[in-house]
Amino acid sequence: MALLQLSEPGQSPDPHARRVAVGIDLGTTHSLVAAVRHGHAVCLPDAQGRVLLPSIVRYRSDGGCDVGPTAQAMQGEDPEHTIASVKRLMGRKLADLPHAGRLPYHLVDGPGMVQVSTPQGHKSPVEISAQILATLRQRAEDTFDSELFGAVITVPAYFDDAQRQATKGAAELAGLKVMRLINEPTAAALAYGLDNGSEGLYLIYDLGGGTFDVSLLRLSRGVFEVVATGGDSALGGDDFDRALAAWALTRGGLAAETPRDKQAVLSAARTAKEALTAQTQALVQGVLSTGMLDVVVERDVFDAATKPLIERTIGVLRKVMRDARVDHGEVQGVVLVGGATRMPAVRRAVEAYFGRPPLTNLDPDQVVALGAAIQANALAGNSREGELLLLDVIPLSLGVETMGGLVERIIERNTTIPVAKAQEFTTFKDGQSAMAIHVVQGERELVADCRSLARFELRGIPPMAAGAARIRVTFQVDADGLLSVSARELTAGVEASVVVKPSYGLTDDDVARMLREGFGSAEVDMEQRTLREARVDAERLVLATRSALATDGDLLNADERASIEQRMAELESARAADDVAVIRAALDALADSTEGFAAMRMNRSIRSALTGRRVEEV
Amino acid sequence: MKLDQDDFALLGLPRRFALDAAVLNERWRAVQSKVHPDRFASEGAAAQRLAMQWAVRINEAHRRLKDPLARASYLCELAGHPLREHEGAAMPHEVLARQMEWHETLAAATSPDAVHALERDVAARLKVVHDAVAADLDERHDAAAAAPKVREWMFLARLRSEIERRLEALEHALASSEAVDGLRVAQAAIGAVRRVPR
Repeated sequence: MALLQLSEPGQSPDPHARRVAVGIDLGTTHSLVAAVRHGHAVCLPDAQGRVLLPSIVRYRSDGGCDVGPTAQAMQGEDPEHTIASVKRLMGRKLADLPHAGRLPYHLVDGPGMVQVSTPQGHKSPVEISAQILATLRQRAEDTFDSELFGAVITVPAYFDDAQRQATKGAAELAGLKVMRLINEPTAAALAYGLDNGSEGLYLIYDLGGGTFDVSLLRLSRGVFEVVATGGDSALGGDDFDRALAAWALTRGGLAAETPRDKQAVLSAARTAKEALTAQTQALVQGVLSTGMLDVVVERDVFDAATKPLIERTIGVLRKVMRDARVDHGEVQGVVLVGGATRMPAVRRAVEAYFGRPPLTNLDPDQVVALGAAIQANALAGNSREGELLLLDVIPLSLGVETMGGLVERIIERNTTIPVAKAQEFTTFKDGQSAMAIHVVQGERELVADCRSLARFELRGIPPMAAGAARIRVTFQVDADGLLSVSARELTAGVEASVVVKPSYGLTDDDVARMLREGFGSAEVDMEQRTLREARVDAERLVLATRSALATDGDLLNADERASIEQRMAELESARAADDVAVIRAALDALADSTEGFAAMRMNRSIRSALTGRRVEEV
Repeated sequence: MKLDQDDFALLGLPRRFALDAAVLNERWRAVQSKVHPDRFASEGAAAQRLAMQWAVRINEAHRRLKDPLARASYLCELAGHPLREHEGAAMPHEVLARQMEWHETLAAATSPDAVHALERDVAARLKVVHDAVAADLDERHDAAAAAPKVREWMFLARLRSEIERRLEALEHALASSEAVDGLRVAQAAIGAVRRVPR
């Protein structure tokens, strides 16, 4: 089976030992794909040797599409249809984007979130991101000459549920199997932690192109526990470009009126900003329709013009430290992530706050993708058992709307996931037969100031006096940080639930077509693909069951064992067939027959975790 | 081990109020390392479901035990004196009077210093209540006596989070006036810039 082989020189292909799993950093300005090769995480280069893929997509009027460097090259010429920083649009409505007017392309409100108008019609940020992800998938598949087993995609820790759902949707659209969404700072810590074998509290300061995150993590024997996180999903290196561009325009006495002007001045500002990392002065130069822009900027001036932005990041830092109830002195190391942390003023501000220089020994552009690759490798079952575990938190509180437009919080921010929590509510009017449940996310007291995630209704509440019904609302957040909500009236037992999943204005047909087209990949046969996936799942489950029987088989009596063995044999013969439905049915049968066994193994494993450290020693 | 066992049993800890946070965290990490869904990534839907239930339950136990107030309240409940049964009961007069006074002080405070002074008073009272609850639960094994004290603790905790919110708001106001200062510096620097002759 080609899928499970890894063609690496000097390594004998062992189909059961390795699965190609990648980590993808889907960034605002550029994106990367990384994988663990020969025991080390490395970023995969394209055919020209470049690891950074500019997160830029251009929709041509001939129906084609450019992604990355080719799109970037056309940014000046065709700014209206060349979309950069699409990450800032993920899961966002027009009302969430105060700077929309300054963008060179045209945005319209679409279902669930904004869309960009292009010669090929309105494109959702999910579709645009899928183009970037598909390009990286292709790069990885070319590198390994194999299909991918799965991917771990990173998101800013501060992304809310809508933004996470959008990211996962984009990856699925790009034909990737998402094993996990992980937070970017956590991924960075993973890359650092495994390199340095660190223990203790570490702070990650992650200033990317369009997002800012701070996470405080406790590292302890392979467990990465996020203690607190905070950030601003609308603050990044782009804002420094904008501040400098605005300054340069005022200075040069010019205005940027056309989309081309706006693009030109932003590019000029970015070039100058990057030059100021090594030099104390730089030129902001560009040809605008209103004249020639040509001004000198000194680093001091740039620092002063962007000081409020850095202040904002330090404010977030302060809040995270307060949330965690931790002193500066307890933090063992501060890690800088994101290209924007190359700015000397950022380094100075972080150093001033902690009174020690930050760690910068890994490339700040690559560290997130490297961490994601390490996690992908572990989730694919390639690393040694027990080596690594991430315990992440939700970044923003989740709650429901109550009378008067107030928010009742159900899960507080910084709660470790997975988590399920329930709260009881009651009816407001006599004989009320339905209850509207409005799910929101955010820290503010008023619903109007929080993000609305979903609305659903619980119907069929039996007639009762006001306040007599008991409605239990349960929130569950899985290990990807994604939410589902259910409501149940306890006296009558009526139930309603919703998986919080925004629509992107794509019909099922659209999705199927895009997957079929495979974003330019040679892969066209969807049926072949689903069949292969079912076979891989079958092989995984048989392997896992066999290894469970080998270690914990003594927990079963002869009958139980025989029944599992039989289901396993049935699955193996089903695997040889060409029928996906038959394989899936056999898979489910084996999974069901091992449920009791799984519970017994879980039990034994918890006991083993607690033995040798009994209560008396506390 | 069953999902419905109490938090202490699940994490292998003695059922008492005094608790070493480092030991609790270590137990939590050890058990979570065994039950987390990521440990069963290749084992099919049934094992995933089970792992999810366990991971959620272990996180719940950890969350409740690591917070002293939640732990005290939970111990009262385990001992047959759930706090909700005391909800209707009147608080002692002096406790109520002190609460009211502090709320008024907070409402009137306009400077971070004034709020910090109140924060110290509340912290001192919290310490007294904490120690009294600890003695009731661990030495006298008298959850009935601890329960009303835990209720006062809840009030104090709520007051403390209001104090923190107020401090945040006051600091925010200060920070935005600093940002205005930053802008002024930027403007001054812009004035000092020269154009290089070309």
